[in-house]
Amino acid sequence: MNGVHDMGGMTCYGPVKPEENEPVFHAEWEKRVFAMTMLGMGQLDTLDAFRHAIERMDPARYLSSTYYEHWLAALETLAVEKGVLTPEELATGVAQEAGKRAEGPLPPEAVPAVVQGGAPCHRTEGRLTPRFSVGAQVRARNLNPTGHTRLPRYVRGKNGTIAQVYGTFVYPDTNAHGQGEQPQPLYSVCFTAQELWGPDAATTDNLYIDLWEDYLDPA
Amino acid sequence: MSSDHTHGHSAHDAPPNPYLEKHTSPEQTAALEQRVQALESLLVAKGLVSSETLDKLVETYESDLGPINGAKVVARAWVDPAYKERLLKDATAAIAELGFSGLQGEHMVVVENTPDTHNLVVCTLCSCYPWPVLGLPPAWFKDAAYRSRSVVDPRGVLRDFGLELDESTAVKVWDSSAEIRYMVLPERPAGTEGMSEEELTALVSRDSMIGVTKVEKNTLR
Repeated sequence: MNGVHDMGGMTCYGPVKPEENEPVFHAEWEKRVFAMTMLGMGQLDTLDAFRHAIERMDPARYLSSTYYEHWLAALETLAVEKGVLTPEELATGVAQEAGKRAEGPLPPEAVPAVVQGGAPCHRTEGRLTPRFSVGAQVRARNLNPTGHTRLPRYVRGKNGTIAQVYGTFVYPDTNAHGQGEQPQPLYSVCFTAQELWGPDAATTDNLYIDLWEDYLDPA
Repeated sequence: MSSDHTHGHSAHDAPPNPYLEKHTSPEQTAALEQRVQALESLLVAKGLVSSETLDKLVETYESDLGPINGAKVVARAWVDPAYKERLLKDATAAIAELGFSGLQGEHMVVVENTPDTHNLVVCTLCSCYPWPVLGLPPAWFKDAAYRSRSVVDPRGVLRDFGLELDESTAVKVWDSSAEIRYMVLPERPAGTEGMSEEELTALVSRDSMIGVTKVEKNTLR
């Protein structure tokens, strides 16, 4: 989706403003949203679907709310869409019926294993043979899907060079929409700053971005 | 800082604080708190989460994970050439040697700054960040200004952090659009030859591992 989240290349947001001695969280509610997302989101849908739920926020709201409010909005959206909560329950905060889960929630003792184990997205099945090798000239396809994609607008139609072949990874464009992981090769693609931003860009500079095989054509 | 510059710096046409007055008034915060409490009680009632487990997870990310982990990786690479080689070849495994692994660091790549090359990491589409080595990202990393401008004007963004690069220095920007997570191996500052690994660790800042600053001998983290 060509949404407000796809902001690479815009220059309208002013200078970066780092905060001195910034805390990990700025409010108690942020901690709860972070933890609820980490522990609850996987039971609702995929990480890609979660990202897409953020992308579906009202664009003005997206820009004027803080990061963990994005997470909160996505969590609420997916909880309702997946039938875990009804809109009435969300509005009132009162559960109308008990959950349907057979197993109980994850106990606190399980947290270290979850955090340290991670959730790798590399796969040994799916499309295993890469179409491109390091050094190959490619063009990012000019795709404008209405659903989730990790192909940002600023590289579409641009020519680049394969810098790394990372192996086969879960494809977010399908995984965000209940269409399965459909793993396929992932590449680091190098674009010159001049190719992306024109002749005024520094000739010394390059941008590297990770793109799935279905985002690319031979150049 | 770049907002004070008058020529050739890309932030100077932007409005001073565009769209970014976040909803943080006491009333808005109170409304958010109520929403979050409602959601937590619902998810607990439905059996998806327990409040004790939420507490434990928060504690983990507040206390156990942070840029000190990445700083240890950097300092080790500075004192141990064989480790550095492993780190640049297979960062996930080399970082795991020091005990760091897991969520949002499953597939790590470390890129090296040199006298000729400066690396900068961004996630333009959301806020992907290498949690096991750097902890959770600072607000500026997640905000529109950094995410939008780092790719088109990396040198201007570096100026926002007080770093002016020579024109001859090549800038490499890494947009983490997939599940690969990037960390910068900053240059070891001159004059630190006699320092221990522990002393070096204390020099390495979070920002230098994102690539928006350099490590300096006299700046303690």
